[in-house]
Amino acid sequence: MSYSEKVLDHYENPRNVGTFNKDEAGVGTGMVGAPACGDVMKLQIRVNDQGVIEDAKFKTYGCGSAIASSSLVTEWVKGKTLDEAMSLKNTLIAEELALPPVKIHCSILAEDAIKAAVADYRQKHGGGGEYTACNPPKEH
Amino acid sequence: MDFNQDHFALFGLTPTFAIDAEALDRAYRELQTEIHPDRFAHAGEAEQRLAMQWSTRTNEAYQTLKSPFARAKYLLELQGIQAMDANNTAMPAEFLMQQMEWRESLMAALAAADYAGLQALEQAAKAEAERLLDLLAADLDARRDYPAASETLRKYRFLEKFLADIDNAYAELE
Repeated sequence: MSYSEKVLDHYENPRNVGTFNKDEAGVGTGMVGAPACGDVMKLQIRVNDQGVIEDAKFKTYGCGSAIASSSLVTEWVKGKTLDEAMSLKNTLIAEELALPPVKIHCSILAEDAIKAAVADYRQKHGGGGEYTACNPPKEH
Repeated sequence: MDFNQDHFALFGLTPTFAIDAEALDRAYRELQTEIHPDRFAHAGEAEQRLAMQWSTRTNEAYQTLKSPFARAKYLLELQGIQAMDANNTAMPAEFLMQQMEWRESLMAALAAADYAGLQALEQAAKAEAERLLDLLAADLDARRDYPAASETLRKYRFLEKFLADIDNAYAELE
């Protein structure tokens, strides 16, 4: 598989790798996984009093495209409001990184991760419903 | 032979997760002998082509039923469930947390060339994979709870990937 230059750039110099304390009041944490390839992604945001995302960090165990997708998203969401972050579409990520069709699921993973992070933050602050990725989890 | 048969019926097996591996091997060998290309050496072109299609079909069915992962995935497909749907990224948080921790430990063990650490991780992951396979059998055969089986299979997939990562780590240390 040949990666695009942008994917390689994010893969070799990933932005914002790291972790915030998930118990901190201003921090929202999103964790998602892709069984098809076994990728695990954690994306965290730090939100200020004005509801703007000040900082973002990620940790991804997966292929180059998954790492690049999460790295790109942490760059994009800085300075955005929660609603703006919620409206982020995976197609934009895929387009920016020129992901081939077999790697589109990596961009879906990153979109779901940021949405899960925003939902986690909102839940902590008593507003909005829980975001449950694309499909609701099975009940049992 | 009937092309519309499912993989289990093809080998005369009941469609369950727990299978008789010997019966599967036996039925596979019998079928392969029956449709071996040599037996069609003097047959017409159409018959030869059909024998070839059957051979391919039989191989595919055998490989699917032999692997626990593929067999469970196939059983769920028979129930109309696509367990590996890429659009479904939701997994229980505590499960993902554990996966994250294991992968962090693996990276640390690899960086420190910690062979014993790798072995401990491998043991833990193998035990968890075994547990999930047992649970899968209970979900599929005893309880017939297919949504639960789907989630168990998805978890098992992460374990398979992690065990492959451990194998790669061993190879890097050598």
